[in-house]
Amino acid sequence: MRVNFTVNGRPQEADDVWEGESLLYVLRERLGLPGSKNACEQGECGSCTVRLDGVPVCSCLVAAGQVEGREVVTVEGLAEYAKQRAEGGCATGACGTSLDEAKSWQAKGSDSQTGEGTELSPVQQAFIDAGAVQCGFCTPGLLVAADEMLERNPNPTDADIREALSGNLCRCTGYEKIMDAVRLAAARQSEGV
Amino acid sequence: MDFLRPASWEEALAAKAEHPTAVPIAGGTDVMVEINFDHRRPEYLLDLNRIGDLYEWEVGEDTVRLGASVPYTKIMENLRAELPGLALASHTVASPQIRNRGGVGGNLGTASPAGDAHPALLAAGAEVEVASAARGTRLIPIDEFYTGVKRNALQPDELIRAVRIQKADGPQQYSKVGTRNAMVIAVCAFGLALHPRTRTVRTGIGSAAPTPVRAKAAEEFLNAALAEGGFWDNGKIITPSVAKQFADLCSAACNPIDDVRGTASYRRHAVGVMARRTLTWTWESYRGARRATEGAA
Repeated sequence: MRVNFTVNGRPQEADDVWEGESLLYVLRERLGLPGSKNACEQGECGSCTVRLDGVPVCSCLVAAGQVEGREVVTVEGLAEYAKQRAEGGCATGACGTSLDEAKSWQAKGSDSQTGEGTELSPVQQAFIDAGAVQCGFCTPGLLVAADEMLERNPNPTDADIREALSGNLCRCTGYEKIMDAVRLAAARQSEGV
Repeated sequence: MDFLRPASWEEALAAKAEHPTAVPIAGGTDVMVEINFDHRRPEYLLDLNRIGDLYEWEVGEDTVRLGASVPYTKIMENLRAELPGLALASHTVASPQIRNRGGVGGNLGTASPAGDAHPALLAAGAEVEVASAARGTRLIPIDEFYTGVKRNALQPDELIRAVRIQKADGPQQYSKVGTRNAMVIAVCAFGLALHPRTRTVRTGIGSAAPTPVRAKAAEEFLNAALAEGGFWDNGKIITPSVAKQFADLCSAACNPIDDVRGTASYRRHAVGVMARRTLTWTWESYRGARRATEGAA
């Protein structure tokens, strides 16, 4: 079957989609967006977290046909998504992240000292600065979940952060650096940096 | 496999009547796991995401009519006062991502003995509103809904429209045993609701029998003991011997198995502990509310 939906602000079409296929499979294998990670395939690990109509979900548990006509944001579109949010919407009408841009997106980040580099969302920059990334496999899911929490709750307590990230497993960091990163992103956000 | 996408409830019932083997999918948190792992290859998937009615709830005088697909997140955010037991149970479901998608309709459809909502529904008192194109709507009392391990009272052409849950008329509690706080399937779970209006107590046990069950003998014992001692009126502390007898009877209502999550004897024991604790918590809350209304310190 064919599925039409919006990915990172741009309309996309996926063809020859099998009816039992997950949104995660469509994103990774049909649209070439491997940022959302495939691990447990049962909603336990959160590595495949994306926003579906704004709500964080495990894309491995969404049937492809269920996203027809709906809006998905993946980690590849997070920087642009956060930018638009900060600017209060899309002024030009030509926002979003194209498939080609998304495919070639790299988390270069800006140098903490010089401030040079590509644009990242505040939460992505905070993960780099706090050293919250080790193997990096859980990172995309954590970024999407953390960014959504900061959108809802700009001044989270530690308990709020733990709760919001409780569906994302990390097997490297012991979570402390991740907590640091989210606190850092929240602090920068509230200072308007 | 065919993907059926009804745009309305009537279309969904018609599709289910035409294809009784169709598997309904809403949040997908059970169905997609089975498909991803190749445990299930249904001929038809019946997507319910486009049916807005299923995502709405109505608070009536005595009951809440909770649409089958209302996500757990919404229950936690909006129905804590009316359905405190279910709101607590909702909060123990998996993770935010899962709570954003899953709802009570799916829990009932899957009818796993470990489903988190069941003990809360049993304790509060509820009816499952199901419908078919041929016979219209019928209400199934929650006590008659669970018929076996992952089996329920639905006919092949029926879909779950909503669940009608008694609004709380007293304190309710929910307790769940697992190896960690988030992302955990219950080793066992317990729900308890005080119903001061009828001077009764209702219970629900999860993951400790082939189906979710009530501890009816324990309820009858406690109802009699509370009436006999005048507890509902005098608001005294429940005596330890009554609490212990209640806990023992709740343990006895279990019919658990040994599995990877825990042994049968552990489950029996844990259910007794949860029964005693939830009784204490709810009764303390009832006594506190009584004192507040009487103005006595």
